[in-house]
Amino acid sequence: MALKTEEMVLNMGPQHPSTHGVLRLELQLDGEIIKNVVPHIGYLHRCFEKHAEAMTYPQVIPYTDRMDYLASMYNEFGYALAMERLMKIEVPERVEYIRVIMGELQRIASHLVALGTYGADIGAFTPFLFCFRDRERILHLFEITCGARLLYNYIWIGGLSHDLHPDFIRLTKEFIKDFRPNVKELNDLLSYNRIFIERTANVGVLPIETAINYGVSGPNIRASGMKWDLRKDDPYSVYHKFDYEIPIGTGEKGKTGDCWDRYFVRVKEMEESLKIIEQAIEQIPEGDVTSAIPKRVKPPEGQIYTRVENPRGELGYFIISDGSLNPARVKVRAPSFVTMQVFPELCKGFMVADVVAILGSVDIVLGEIDR
Amino acid sequence: MGLLDQEFTESNIVIAKTEDLFNWARLSSLWQVGFGLACCAIEMMATSASHYDFDRFGVIPRPSPRQSDVIIISGTVTLKMAIRVKRLYEQMPDPKYVISMGSCANCGGPYWEHGYHVLKGVDRVIPVDVYVPGCPPRPEALLEGLLKLQEKIRNESIVKPNKSGFVGKSA
Amino acid sequence: MKTAEEIFNQLKEKFGNAIIELKTDKPVEPFIIVNPLEVDKICLFLRNDKDLQFDSLMNLSGVDDANGEKVKSSEGEEKGLETIKGGTLSVYYHLDSTKLKHKLTLKASTNREKPEVVTVTEAWKGADWHEREAYDMYGIIFLNHPDLRRILMPYDWEFGYPLRKDYKNPEFYQGMKVPY
Repeated sequence: MALKTEEMVLNMGPQHPSTHGVLRLELQLDGEIIKNVVPHIGYLHRCFEKHAEAMTYPQVIPYTDRMDYLASMYNEFGYALAMERLMKIEVPERVEYIRVIMGELQRIASHLVALGTYGADIGAFTPFLFCFRDRERILHLFEITCGARLLYNYIWIGGLSHDLHPDFIRLTKEFIKDFRPNVKELNDLLSYNRIFIERTANVGVLPIETAINYGVSGPNIRASGMKWDLRKDDPYSVYHKFDYEIPIGTGEKGKTGDCWDRYFVRVKEMEESLKIIEQAIEQIPEGDVTSAIPKRVKPPEGQIYTRVENPRGELGYFIISDGSLNPARVKVRAPSFVTMQVFPELCKGFMVADVVAILGSVDIVLGEIDR
Repeated sequence: MGLLDQEFTESNIVIAKTEDLFNWARLSSLWQVGFGLACCAIEMMATSASHYDFDRFGVIPRPSPRQSDVIIISGTVTLKMAIRVKRLYEQMPDPKYVISMGSCANCGGPYWEHGYHVLKGVDRVIPVDVYVPGCPPRPEALLEGLLKLQEKIRNESIVKPNKSGFVGKSA
Repeated sequence: MKTAEEIFNQLKEKFGNAIIELKTDKPVEPFIIVNPLEVDKICLFLRNDKDLQFDSLMNLSGVDDANGEKVKSSEGEEKGLETIKGGTLSVYYHLDSTKLKHKLTLKASTNREKPEVVTVTEAWKGADWHEREAYDMYGIIFLNHPDLRRILMPYDWEFGYPLRKDYKNPEFYQGMKVPY
């Protein structure tokens, strides 16, 4: 006599300790094996695009900060780059170098949060505290430059709002000297830990063809083995002057493109960012950071699409201008939105506890998905 | 530190009102629901990390609302989420407290004018005890908000119920 | 690598009337205007042809062109309410090739009263959620889409499409007051 079974629908609701923000996942289960996952988003939809149409161009910058709140410098960077290309403004070289330094420091801070919370999801609480201890030093560097810890309003169209603090370069050099051994400490604590490898290797494999078809970018596609980084493949600002590597996943502990690879690519990227910051501090020229900021931002009629490499992937800004002081349309192409689309493919056939591991490894931020 | 220090000089007998004892026990171990919505949640996580430790005040994050005393609404509340926030609040057992953190939860924040999907202030659905301003508030500001809540609890009395009920729908 | 003019000529040869024109006058990037009911065939060709190989869709966005005329309705309970009649809604596609490193922009315009565009999910599966968002914010119906429903707004939101230029806020939603 056959056993009668039924599929069960389980709700991982908007309030959950391991969904990073307000995300609702509807799991269709057969026992413990997952048949399908349906994500429901929109719980943090804050109408960014409607606000952008009502404000003037410089007034949009604080709103772009709040979309991906873990990498605010990069959101402002992308918007300012798009506007400068539309209005054909040349910024001084010192501004470009400072933007790169801030961007790479922000990349390290964002990866520290991702790795710390991933460890906490799997069950290891100590790396969370260690990562936040290092992050506080970076936030202190940002605070002495522009006054804010998390949401900066620092990179303006045509320049920056403040120049560097006199102590900034010395404190950054000390931070780099102290941080390199801490990466090794994180590896000893978490990356080569046997329980961590058991939970994350061979789980949630993403093949390259699927990733390109869906439009996935950033560390997620680099972990599957494809060398695709917008800083080298579609360069912007002064990234072509630095010498750094692009780490890719090699399937060291399991299949190429599993959760362990996605995690380890982020650890290696932090080391590469340290190299870029060191070279930028050597080469930075003198100059005035506010000289190219226009008094009134009134771009010509036209449109532009620009993309930059966020810590999470390819962040794109599509701006249409109709010649007046307010934008006609600002559309933001967020990398986490695209990654959430491919998430059900990654989860099919695994168990419920693996959903938590896969969700932590693709590193989403809900503010970006819902805008 | 007034309660215990004064009494332990000669005899080992402490005489105090039970109300003070209950309040002291309650305010020293407020357990919070782990509920972070947006950017303010990152500052809340930084407050519970080791630099600005939350644990020395007795505050631990709990995963379920049925086991906690205080809910910190950190981040923007949208219309889609407001219904769920109300449900979470109703699931918490009495006595319960609400800290509204950040300007989005106080009054709608920077999205007050054209936000068609933003609830302008979480006090339109649940009653709030302490408001912490800022966008996002620094961890020290959140700790000050917690201390103000502790002061409020110190002056309360659970033996004779004096807590005002639902604040009433705003206009 | 191919320029926009070369791609335009190649497409015009193959698809004839479905490709309408190439606009290069405004800054910064040129774009090709196509017929909204034939977009899926054009996109499949763009993806599979070995000279073009556009294997990645960077972005798909809906736009309100704001070229209609404002009309004040003068009778019934909506007296004095301003709406826009006529004009177009458009969908912009930004395509990219990871192997040949060239980019392209397409535009498809439909009229505001009955906006209909064919879906491109057959060519790129990533277009699925972008099209759902364009439907949610503007009301553009994508024909042959596997699952067209609202994605960011609540599923029972019946007060219109928020990003249109003539959208008005409701007073109450499920007992909560919406304006400030």
